[in-house]
Amino acid sequence: MKKTMTFAAALLAASVLGGMANAKTLVYCSEASPANFDPGTTTGGNDFDASSRTVYSRLVEFKHGGTEIEPGLADKWEISDDGLVYTFHLHPGVKFQTTDYFKPTRDLNADDVVFSFDRQFNKQNPWNGEKYLPNLTWDYYTGMDMPKYVAKWEKVDDLTVKLTLTEPNAPMLANLGMDFASIVSKEYADQLEKDGKMADFSTKPIGTGPFQFVDYQLDSVIRYAAHPDYFKGKEKIDDLVFAITPDATARIQKVLAGECDVAPYPNPADIATIKANKDVTLMDQAGLNIGYMSYNTTIPPLDKPEVRHALNQAIDREALIKSLFQDAGATPAQNLIPPTMWSWNKDVKFDSYDPEAAKKVLADAGLKEIQLWASDRVRPYNPNFQRAAELIQADWAKVGVKAEIVNYEWTKYREEGKKKERPGAFQIGWTGDNGDPDNFFATLFACSAIGVSNYSSWCDKDFEDLIQKAKKTSDQGERTKLYAQAQEIFAKQAPAFLLAHSQVYSVVRNNVTGYKMDPLGIHRFDGVDKAE
Amino acid sequence: MIRYLLNKIALLIPTLVGITICAFAFVRLLPGDPILAMAGEHGVTPARYEELKEQFGYNLPVWEQYARYVGEVATGDFGVSISSKRPVLEEFKTLFPATLELSFFAMVFAMAIGIPAGIFAAVKRGSWFDQSLMGTALVGYSMPIFWWGLLLIIFFSGYLGWTPVSGRMGLQFFLKPITGFMTIDTILYGKWDALRSALSHLVLPAIVLGTIPLAVIARQTRSAMLEVLGEDYVRTARAKGLSAARVIGVHALRNALIPVVTTIGLQVGTLLAGAILTETIFAWPGIGKWMVDSIFKRDYVVVQSGLLLIALIVMAVNLIVDVLYAVINPRIRAA
Repeated sequence: MKKTMTFAAALLAASVLGGMANAKTLVYCSEASPANFDPGTTTGGNDFDASSRTVYSRLVEFKHGGTEIEPGLADKWEISDDGLVYTFHLHPGVKFQTTDYFKPTRDLNADDVVFSFDRQFNKQNPWNGEKYLPNLTWDYYTGMDMPKYVAKWEKVDDLTVKLTLTEPNAPMLANLGMDFASIVSKEYADQLEKDGKMADFSTKPIGTGPFQFVDYQLDSVIRYAAHPDYFKGKEKIDDLVFAITPDATARIQKVLAGECDVAPYPNPADIATIKANKDVTLMDQAGLNIGYMSYNTTIPPLDKPEVRHALNQAIDREALIKSLFQDAGATPAQNLIPPTMWSWNKDVKFDSYDPEAAKKVLADAGLKEIQLWASDRVRPYNPNFQRAAELIQADWAKVGVKAEIVNYEWTKYREEGKKKERPGAFQIGWTGDNGDPDNFFATLFACSAIGVSNYSSWCDKDFEDLIQKAKKTSDQGERTKLYAQAQEIFAKQAPAFLLAHSQVYSVVRNNVTGYKMDPLGIHRFDGVDKAE
Repeated sequence: MIRYLLNKIALLIPTLVGITICAFAFVRLLPGDPILAMAGEHGVTPARYEELKEQFGYNLPVWEQYARYVGEVATGDFGVSISSKRPVLEEFKTLFPATLELSFFAMVFAMAIGIPAGIFAAVKRGSWFDQSLMGTALVGYSMPIFWWGLLLIIFFSGYLGWTPVSGRMGLQFFLKPITGFMTIDTILYGKWDALRSALSHLVLPAIVLGTIPLAVIARQTRSAMLEVLGEDYVRTARAKGLSAARVIGVHALRNALIPVVTTIGLQVGTLLAGAILTETIFAWPGIGKWMVDSIFKRDYVVVQSGLLLIALIVMAVNLIVDVLYAVINPRIRAA
């Protein structure tokens, strides 16, 4: 009997110890150090991976692996008929993280939500300026035009928040799923303010998200643990580690050697090696971006859609994409928005390569010379503007159009390029912020964006009416129809040559399950598991 | 000696002024408007642009910006990082031990191989060893660090699996830094497996960073030895019937080492420059990687102050070497 007891005790001890040894750790080799851990104050994708997507949650969330909106901290919401008032109902009993530097005494409530936004625009809020951190600019809050659209945030009761807008703006919901809209703890902020340690708010984060912050060794390692009281259920991984590894080749070698489980952005040159390895999987997805070339549609003969179509037809797009993106590949663009975005119109096809037809139209229009703009910067949607310009120049020469390549340094390039009187064709692109089609159509081609980011100076009444109506309509089904029509007009009018949506890659070890590529370019670890 | 020292320090002042001007001008000569660069793809409205310009002090005349900058630096205020919002000096202090530790091991590697190899080559002058050593040293000196580092990672870490790919220590070890030097901290904590891990992580980056100094030291030792071996006192020592080891080790080497010590001192600049690339490849959390990140982030405050701090360290080391040299060789003081 005694022997059996001893054996049972030993077995129990072994299983407890075994359980401890089996604490699941997932290592992510991130590409850069986060600026800090307050997502309201930062702008980089790597900043957000390390803060908003791990530590924090938002009122609404993007569906994992997509751009559709789903409930987050708000279980449900109502939008008034005039589209001006949004009422959010918070999930009851949401716990903030308990760490060695903060012990919350209450659950999430409406005060936290109001505070999270108020601090970003209200100059009277002590967290808005110098008192908190020097040189705060709240770039995303202003960049997404929040000051223009938000009239006020109000607490109705502990679990109800009301947002009033100055004018209807359907993409607002998508904005609230963005990283800058992460909900922070007012109780924690108050405590730090009282203790005179406000700067800690950006280095020791407290949120309601799936993982809680443990430690950050500058430029080296970030450690998180699963948030035990996470309102959507504790994660399967116990520990999450970000090993900061800026060099792409080293990052991939680390995954291959088993030193990390997931790594983003491999070099195109390493893709063949990765594919040949049996222990890892190369995941890819069309990025939420578009590379394009804007024609100035106000200067003859580029004011004629048929001339713009002919210039498009003269370019061997397939060869161009192959030469620019090489092994990494890219999806040739049919529309301005990528196929992963809702409302993408599958019936619209971009101009096909037809130099013979183009030659005739261009000769009739008398187009002999054109300016072709290129800059020095590598962008995700176009790795080499200069190379692209040279290839397009050669294609156009074949149809009798002599292109003069114009070069500028990147910031100067965009300054000059956006001017209304800028002639010719201007290479540019865009990476989406919030997965809402408005973020592409209105940002890049609304009449009001002329001189700002509408590099084609294109203002088409039918197109404009559709996108403005879609902006003010809350019903997504209705909006999808409007954007589908807008894409048809865009294809007919051809204000730009559409290049491609570049592929985005991640390398994942085969024992990792549940990891999904995200079209928004974020790296999320909720729902991820790892087999031993 | 004091006069010599004061002289040297006085000479540093114009250098220092020159460096502040260079660091200040360099950042402003980089293509692109810093405000627009910070704003990214979204761009900024003209009103917001003016507001930001004022906030960062870019609206003032250039001389006034410079005067402000020098005034702040003189009082030890190196500014606050635009991206992280932390004081630059604080970040520098956190990261510098990592660079120092790596540089130390790189130098140990370079000297441990470079000096004996140089001596041997000089003694066996013209032999196949001498020829191949000098050839290899030239290759080492001309090696692009970036390429060399990746090659070693792919071969030793990827193919053979002998060394870790990058980082400073295995991720299973979670130690709060005490001194910031991992090899020392692990000993202080008494964690021997962590020490082993830290040392194994040092192998490849120390080799990569030490390659150029190794080549320089080997060549310098060889030529210094050759010069000394032809001296009368060496011939006398040999004529006295001393053993070859004693002639080389005692009579020749001690005299040959003087120029070698100077060379080693001068390698500090090379090490710091090399650290920029080495740290980026090996994800080594030091000041080199920090500078590169800041350039990509257009964090002009960090770039400007980081340059100045690095220059100050190089100047300080050079001053120490000058003083040491004067101590070793009294003739220098008189000159």
